[in-house]
Amino acid sequence: MTRDLFSREISELQDEVLILGSMAEKAILDSMEALRDGDIRWSQKLVEDDQRINAKRFEIEERCIFVIASQQPMATDLRALVSMLFIITDLERIADHAEGIARINVMLGDEPLPRRLGYIPSMADRSVAMLRDSLKAYIEQDTALARQICEADDEVDRLHDRVYEDSTAAMIADPRTIQRNTYMLWTSHNLERIADRCTNICERVIYLVTGNMEEINVSKY
Amino acid sequence: MPDTHVESGTAAASAIGVHIVRTEEEAAASAAPAQRVAIRAENVEAWYGPKLAVAGVNMEIRANSVTALIGPSGCGKSTLIRTFNRMHEFAPAARVGGAVFLDGENIYERGIDPARVRQRVGMVFQKPNPFPTMSIAENVAAGLRFLGVRSKSEINDRVERALKVSALWEEVKNDLKKPGMALSGGQQQRLCIARAIAVEPEVVLMDEPCSALDPIATLKIEDLMRELAVQYTIVVVTHNMQQAARVSDRTAFMLAGEDHVGRLVEYRSTEELFTRPQDKRTEDYITGRFG
Repeated sequence: MTRDLFSREISELQDEVLILGSMAEKAILDSMEALRDGDIRWSQKLVEDDQRINAKRFEIEERCIFVIASQQPMATDLRALVSMLFIITDLERIADHAEGIARINVMLGDEPLPRRLGYIPSMADRSVAMLRDSLKAYIEQDTALARQICEADDEVDRLHDRVYEDSTAAMIADPRTIQRNTYMLWTSHNLERIADRCTNICERVIYLVTGNMEEINVSKY
Repeated sequence: MPDTHVESGTAAASAIGVHIVRTEEEAAASAAPAQRVAIRAENVEAWYGPKLAVAGVNMEIRANSVTALIGPSGCGKSTLIRTFNRMHEFAPAARVGGAVFLDGENIYERGIDPARVRQRVGMVFQKPNPFPTMSIAENVAAGLRFLGVRSKSEINDRVERALKVSALWEEVKNDLKKPGMALSGGQQQRLCIARAIAVEPEVVLMDEPCSALDPIATLKIEDLMRELAVQYTIVVVTHNMQQAARVSDRTAFMLAGEDHVGRLVEYRSTEELFTRPQDKRTEDYITGRFG
């Protein structure tokens, strides 16, 4: 085996992708906890912390670009680096959706607790599980798992439908709740988009392993 | 039923009254003529005396395209392309087995004139090799004179055309009488390309044509290859994989086994070969993990 340094660089970059993934996962979990607890200060901090995630993404992107320029990768190596560039974009956008949830909490302000979140925590749990699994599929290059995760997106879409139905019913029943229910819809939308981004990661896993670009799950949203 | 453009599908479909409606793209794709094959190698083997250097090569080279041959040193790339214009037999005790069809005609058939084959299949070498005692114009005209063209105006016209096609005319049009050796390395190589195409070949073989050139001269030759492919069929041997990826439509990967005999491992579209090769040996070679 030759090109040890190059192989090591790719391996280190994969570790960096996992670090970015864990930062995105933590952003979702924290933003949901802060939303549940009505902790506005924490949410404000989470909004600021998103900059660190963006910086991490650019750091990985720059390293990938330099490796492409200096090593001129082909075949699996090329697919590994191209997949990385797409995956880090999706991870960064997932963190942006978590930041979106933190901003909603700030906008909700001092709305009295406990928060009635309906199906939203369930959506968050499923989205986080999809994120973890998609990164597992990426590291283990497991296309079967990648396809399975994409099926889980349908469940998140169904939960989003339920949130939509509940929110609109509540708004019709009591127009004073229009603003809060609109915020709940936005929160639900952010989680639905996070799940979609996970399916994008899975599509990249399939490309990395097979070289085929496939759209494996078209979200209804 | 609206008057839709329908086309009878398979016989079975027609028999049960089913018509297959085709999209415009599908109709266009099926209407496009299959690309002509310029060279077909059938079980080609090349020998140097008792030593088998290349074996079992079956491949079709499409006309008006650039085909790249890649592979490690000693895998038989140069030997293989020399079988495409009967230059292999210049080596002492060299012989070729199998068949090479040029536009459907086996060039190894008894009675075929090797000189005529080499006129139809030109060659450009690794190191630019203008005839040292000849001027720029004389270099390009050399092949024409060899073929018996005597008319001065015809020679002048064809020299100008070849130099224009080789993207050299603008640089040398006022210096046609200067020695070919006075040109830069990149210009000399384009002069050699002009010399090869002046006799209007069907195929131009290029054996590592840029390996002695600087990056700028290399890129000029690469651009030229793409332009030449409109009119000619180009086969290029290169050690530079990025060059193969940049210039060729199809790429063939060759490798010598433990028996030191070169064989064709994989041959497919350049895009596929460099992004998703099917053979592990190709993958290992192009990712630099060979050996």
